[in-house]
Amino acid sequence: MHISEGVLSAPVLLTGAVLTATGVAVGLKKMKNEQLPLVGVLSSAFFVSSLIHIPVGPSAVHLVLNGLLGLLLGWVAFPAILVGVSLQALIFQFGGLTTLGVNTFNMAMPAILCYYLFARHISQDHPGVAMVLAFGCGFVAILLSAILVALSLIFTGESFVAAAKLLVVAHLPVMVVEAVVSALSLGFLMKVRPEILGVPHAT
Amino acid sequence: MHIDNFASGNSVLHHLDPRIKIVVAALFSVVVALADKYACLSAALCVSLALLLLARLPLKQVLLRLLAVNTFILFLWVFLPFTYGGKELFTVGPLAATREGVAYALIITVKSNTIVLALIALLGTSPVITLGHALSHLYVPDKLIHLFFFSLRYLQVLHLEYERLRDAMRIRGFKPGTNLHTYRTFAYLVGMLLIKSVDRADRIRKAMLCRGFHGKLYVLSHFELQRKDVFMFVFMVLIVSGMAALQWIIPK
Repeated sequence: MHISEGVLSAPVLLTGAVLTATGVAVGLKKMKNEQLPLVGVLSSAFFVSSLIHIPVGPSAVHLVLNGLLGLLLGWVAFPAILVGVSLQALIFQFGGLTTLGVNTFNMAMPAILCYYLFARHISQDHPGVAMVLAFGCGFVAILLSAILVALSLIFTGESFVAAAKLLVVAHLPVMVVEAVVSALSLGFLMKVRPEILGVPHAT
Repeated sequence: MHIDNFASGNSVLHHLDPRIKIVVAALFSVVVALADKYACLSAALCVSLALLLLARLPLKQVLLRLLAVNTFILFLWVFLPFTYGGKELFTVGPLAATREGVAYALIITVKSNTIVLALIALLGTSPVITLGHALSHLYVPDKLIHLFFFSLRYLQVLHLEYERLRDAMRIRGFKPGTNLHTYRTFAYLVGMLLIKSVDRADRIRKAMLCRGFHGKLYVLSHFELQRKDVFMFVFMVLIVSGMAALQWIIPK
């Protein structure tokens, strides 16, 4: 999902950087000091989750879970994802400095959208409905991320269209796995620790 | 989890002020990311390789890192030669690869590897935590730096938790496959990780409240610019300006 350095054109890189800076600014403004440990620890939890490889037939996909992160954190997901992406760049050299903006935006924007689309409708009273919503959330987040990655490539040059199309199609199994895992995770959280879903607002 | 793979060493770059390294790495990446002329890119590649030699890093590990980066580039190689318009170079079945397409893919490959090599040589040679300190001196907002420190710290802790849970699963004979049982198990693993994180975050919050946290982390170790840092900075800025000149000024 990370776009490497040296691929995208200047306008795309600049747009990504500006959008990410704005999103991070909003997120930081909304994040209270007391929330700092929670957001930091959740951001590392999602980093660790991204190391989990899940088999799909002969191949395997790794979890992204940006939808679930958006559901839990809202706008604060923006700085959380920026930190995650920077750490991935520093530790594994996935992505890099100039692509930080684009890579963050491609994952954080779907997370925020999921928050607005699904978060308010999730309640303890209807765990079944909540799981269906989390399923949608996992699916939509990856679909949108894949589309944003594809658009970043297409805006860079017409010659990327074929690669971009295949990229979206190749993410279909990821969408399904994310949707299933998000739904089951949310179901687990509702059974075991229902108050977790209200945590970012309660503190 | 191994975080600071290249940070231990005794080379010139390991001892350079991290603030200088971040600024130089940023300038270098931006110029290379925007460049498309062979003169500029070959100069940049030479600079990257020189930095790598200067950092005296284990070559095998560096190559492994490059391998990971190049999977995305390899994916682009499957398409770009055939979708970029221009003169035909060779054909594969019904598809015709163009000279311009191959050149374009080659340029992207060089750019990507050049930047990553420079980043490994410059940023990889400082521990990530030191880079965080350096960023706080470079006017990055405090809140973001705090978040960075927290994530970095608990990344290692949570990774240990994760490995413990994975061990528990393995002991109970869990074999991942393409079935609902596997997906449910992984989903519960994620859920369990989240619960452990939230509990831990709550304990940290209380501990911090007890110690009177009010939104500021005090940095104990400060950096001091030395003459060799300033010299290296000026030298690198001149080199990067030279690269920029090769790209934008000299061809005209």
